[in-house]
Formats: sequence, C-alpha cells, structure tokens
Amino acid sequence: MALPQNDQNQDFLTQYAQVTGTSVMQHLEQLAAPLKGAKVVHVNSTREGGGVAEILQKLIPFKKALGIDASWEVINGSSAFYDCTKGFHNALQGLNVVIPEALLKAYEETNARCAEQLHSILEQADFVFIHDPQPAALLAHFPQRRGKWIWRCHIDASHPFRPVWKYLRPKLAGYDASIFSLPEFAQPLPHPQYIIAPSIDPLSDKNRDLPAAEIDAVFSRFGLDPERPMVLQVSRYDRFKDPVGVIQAFRLAAKLTPLQLVLAGGEASDDPEGLAVLQEVQQAASDHPDIHVLLLPPDAHRTINALQRAADIVIQKSIREGFGLTVAEGMWKGKPVIGGDTGGIRLQVFNHYTGFLVRTPEGAALRIRYLLHRTQLRRQIGERARQFVMDNFLITRHLREYLTLMVGLQGGYQERVVAG
Amino acid sequence: MATDPSTISPFEVRDCALITLSTGIKVQNLKEFRDALEKIPLASIGHHFWGRLLRPQFDEPEYNNDFASWAYHGLHDKPLAERLSMTLPTDFASLEELRQELVDTIEQRLDESELIPWARTGQLFYFLHSQIVVFDTGLRFDEPVDLVAYLPSLSTGSIYYHFIDARSRTEQRCDDFSAWLGGFGDRYQGLRERLCGFDPYFSSLEEIRVHVAGLFQAFFEEQS
Repeated sequence: MALPQNDQNQDFLTQYAQVTGTSVMQHLEQLAAPLKGAKVVHVNSTREGGGVAEILQKLIPFKKALGIDASWEVINGSSAFYDCTKGFHNALQGLNVVIPEALLKAYEETNARCAEQLHSILEQADFVFIHDPQPAALLAHFPQRRGKWIWRCHIDASHPFRPVWKYLRPKLAGYDASIFSLPEFAQPLPHPQYIIAPSIDPLSDKNRDLPAAEIDAVFSRFGLDPERPMVLQVSRYDRFKDPVGVIQAFRLAAKLTPLQLVLAGGEASDDPEGLAVLQEVQQAASDHPDIHVLLLPPDAHRTINALQRAADIVIQKSIREGFGLTVAEGMWKGKPVIGGDTGGIRLQVFNHYTGFLVRTPEGAALRIRYLLHRTQLRRQIGERARQFVMDNFLITRHLREYLTLMVGLQGGYQERVVAG
Repeated sequence: MATDPSTISPFEVRDCALITLSTGIKVQNLKEFRDALEKIPLASIGHHFWGRLLRPQFDEPEYNNDFASWAYHGLHDKPLAERLSMTLPTDFASLEELRQELVDTIEQRLDESELIPWARTGQLFYFLHSQIVVFDTGLRFDEPVDLVAYLPSLSTGSIYYHFIDARSRTEQRCDDFSAWLGGFGDRYQGLRERLCGFDPYFSSLEEIRVHVAGLFQAFFEEQS
C-alpha cells in the first residue's frame, strides 16, 4: 500500500536529511513556507539526456515535497526545430553560426504551437521557469500571464555570436528575471539577473552509493582491465566537450604510463550533431585497444555511476562548459578531476585542491601522469573534492537558491525581503 | 545600573537566505574600476565585502574582500591589494562613506602609477549584489545561558544574519548577540567585549559559529 502524500513527502525529505543534515532541511522547509501551494512550472525541451533534464527530474519532486505545486512540461519539435536550437546553443557558446531563415521559422512555429498546448497551465502559473533558448519564445504568446516568468540559461553565454544574440535578446528581454550559472555568463538584459550554479542529486542512481560488486562488474562488462589505471570522461558526444582532445591526451600519457581510457556518452534527444561527433571519436580511437568508446542509453545512470567509481581519474576537458555536472559527479565519488579551464568547471576544480585545470591535451596528459604517480595525493584530492561538492553543489543548495529567488520576486525585487 | 531582566525581550532567532545577482557591470583596468565604484549600487559594495561567505571557494582568503583580492589576482597590484584589505566597512558610518574611501584609495594608486594596471580577459571584475530573504525561526531565548546549548547547531543562515548582516543594522556596528546582551546592563559586559572583539573577516560561517559558541560556553563556564 502506498504511503499517504504527507508521509511520502516526509520520507523524501528525511532521506536527504541523512545526507545533508537536518538543519539544511529545516532551513528549506522554512524558506518554502511562503510558497506553499504556489504553482511553479518548469519548461525545457527534453525529458531524458543532458544536465537540465537530470536536474529537473529531482528538483520537481523536491519542490512538491515542500508543499509547492511544481510541474515540468517538455516542448517537442521537428528536426528543423532541433537544428535551429542546436545552432542557438553553439552560437551562445561563441561559434559563428548562421541560422537559415527556414530554421528560425520552424523555431517560432514550434514555440507558437507549444504555447497553444500549454496555454492554461502556463498562463495561470505563479512562476514559470523557461530553460535555455529552446522554449524561450513562449513568453510572447502569454500577454495575459499571471505569474513571474524566469529564463534560466544553462549555457556559457559569456561571448555569444552577436547576430544570434541580437535575434534572441528581444525574446528574452520581456522576462521578469533571468538566471545564469556564473557572473561571467550574464548578458545585459533589462531585468534582474540571478547567479545560481547547478547541482547534483546525491540520491539519484547516478550518484548514490553502489555495492562493490556492481562497480567491479563494469570491468568485465566493457572489457576493461581491472589492473590498469582508468581515466574516464563522461559526456555527450559534443565538440565543446573535446572528446578528440581527450584521446590526444591519453595517447601522450599512455606512452609513459600504463593506462586505459573510457569515453562514455549518451545521446540527448535535442542534439542532432551527436552522431557525427561520435563517428569522429570512434575514428580517432579506432587503432588503440585501450581506448573504449561507449554509447550508453539515456537511462544508464547506474552504469555511469559505477564507471565513475571505478575510475582513477575523472576528466572533463571541455573547451566551453556551462557548468559541467560530470565534474561534480566525479568529485562526489572522491575522484580528482582534470577539467578544461573554462566556464563552470573553474567553479569546481581548484588546482591541487580538487584537481587540475588544463587548456591543452598536453596539459591534460601532464596531470594524468602527475596524479597516477601519487596515490596518496590522489586520495587526498578526492576527499577534498567530495567535501567541496557536499558544501556547495548538492541539489539542496540549488533548491535553496530557487526558493530564495521566488520569495524575493514575490517581495518585488527588494534588496531585503522579510518573509512570513 | 542594573536592568530588570523581566523587561528584556527574548532573543528572537532569525534565519536568512541570500542570492547573488549580477549588476551587469564589469571592468578590466583600474580606471574603469574607479569609475564603476562611483556609480554601482551601494548594495554591491556591501556584497563584495561579505559575499565571499556565500561563494564556493577553496583557497584560504589571502585578502579579505573581493576588491583587494582582484587588485592582487587580477591587476597584480600588491600595494593596492594591501590598502584595500585594510578598509573595514565598520569604520564608516554608511556605505556611501565607504564607497568614497575606496574611490580615494584607488585615486591615490592611480596617481602613483605610471601605467594603468589592467587585467587579462579572463580576470575581469564583475560587480555583483545580493538579495536577502529573512525569516523567523520561531525560536526564542529568554536567558543568555540558554543559548549555550543551541549555538553549535545554529544554521549558517542564522550566523550570517545575526553576526554579519547585523553589522549594518546595529548601533554598535557589531552583532545581534552583543546588542541583546547590552539590554542586561553590565552583567554580560565581558561576553559582549569578546564577541565584538572577534575579527570575522577571514573565517567561514561554520568557523564563526564554532567561535561564537565557544565564547558563550567559556563565559558561562567561568561564571559557574
């Protein structure tokens, strides 16, 4: 028999209290009190795959457990729509991308159609969070909206390709507020711009503790050598994640130390370029038996968890990165992380404390060699990394900031809001 | 003069949550920095003195406010960093006066400099500010000694509110605990002096909590 809703909510909160401590949960409950019953809707363009979907999968039930009427809507479009929004994504991250008029038309039509479908839900909501550019054009279809609309940008938009930004900016200017992951990413917009870093969920399949047997099983399952050090990069097959650069780094390091590399990626349903990049990676890895390129299904969370725990070093050699959830995931498992010196990775990786920031394949190779030859140091860095995530990048901190933002917006942009 | 304790209101424990906002203003060199300081919202100045308590950070804070830290790490100007780090907000009656002091310090440095110090592209200074949401925990304490058992578990939000935020709210420019203790007359003067004598500029909120709890505990152990 299922537990009554109140008991389910309490059970949910109790599980997190066991990780973060009860004072953190009490703090969240008190902060959420003025928002009880508020209708909060999150909108993005994929339910599986990618960091945004992962965050929403837990943020929504968490808000519900705190008495907020939270829900999650997903917009879908044609391949032309996804080609357009992938173009937006690349352009916001600085690539010179010319988006044809036909794709922009598909973008606007998709948003218009979805606005019609979601009309009653969004118009009546107290807070609407629109994630990334895909659903950003919905706002214009809600002149009678009741609540506050917030655009949440998960992308490193510090140096956007200007023509695309000029197209998007008028669509974003009408929002009541926007959220960026780092101050560097914020762009001039005529409303308050909040800074909120993303987070990981310590109790998700991707991050919860696993039995040792399940971790060991990944070696035989993927033909890995349990005796040889393993370096792992988990991420979508995306050029900004620089998987080919990781292979270059591996080749340099493997000349001097026994090593194996695992590149584990999945496909996000809103990423039309993934297959092409995967083929490039397979080509680059084809002549080396110790490079393992894995294409995992979107729900392979426990497999990724086991791979991260089995790895000696986690790498995330992105050349642009909004935040890099896989960095926090690796750190949470007590691994030192070698990360690209960019975007949100800089917020997590501190040289010699939680890992190393690098700019080149050579830099990554150097740090792989350095860490593999210092077992004790690797463990110390890993311990610090886990504590750093505990203090700063768990979903409880993320939720606290969302709640603060909503209570703050209710208070009308005042610098100081007294709740209750 | 002795004060009747029955007339003193209980200590009301409040908690708070803060969120950071961008001002949209960024600077790359010392002249731009001075110009921006003259026009940024006052709240931004307060944030850059205390905002580090809210941010993920690992290294020991070599300089105790963001301006000094950027002067060193961004502009590589150590004399300026040292001067800015000894600019204490509690020395000034208002944030406006603090702003003027900062501007004067930078003006002086510009006068001394042959070239305008500048930062690399990845080291720009981003002016931020914060919004604070304050809420009542419902907890009340009638007697100072009752706080001893509770303080070690006080949330970091409460520490921020009562020990840091209080510096801009209380008459003595110190913390809420010593302001409340003052209502008891001279009875807790020793504890008040120790609380006001604590320099919180290099501590995390957790460290401040440990220190404050320790001061209360030690004081009441000496009294017993």
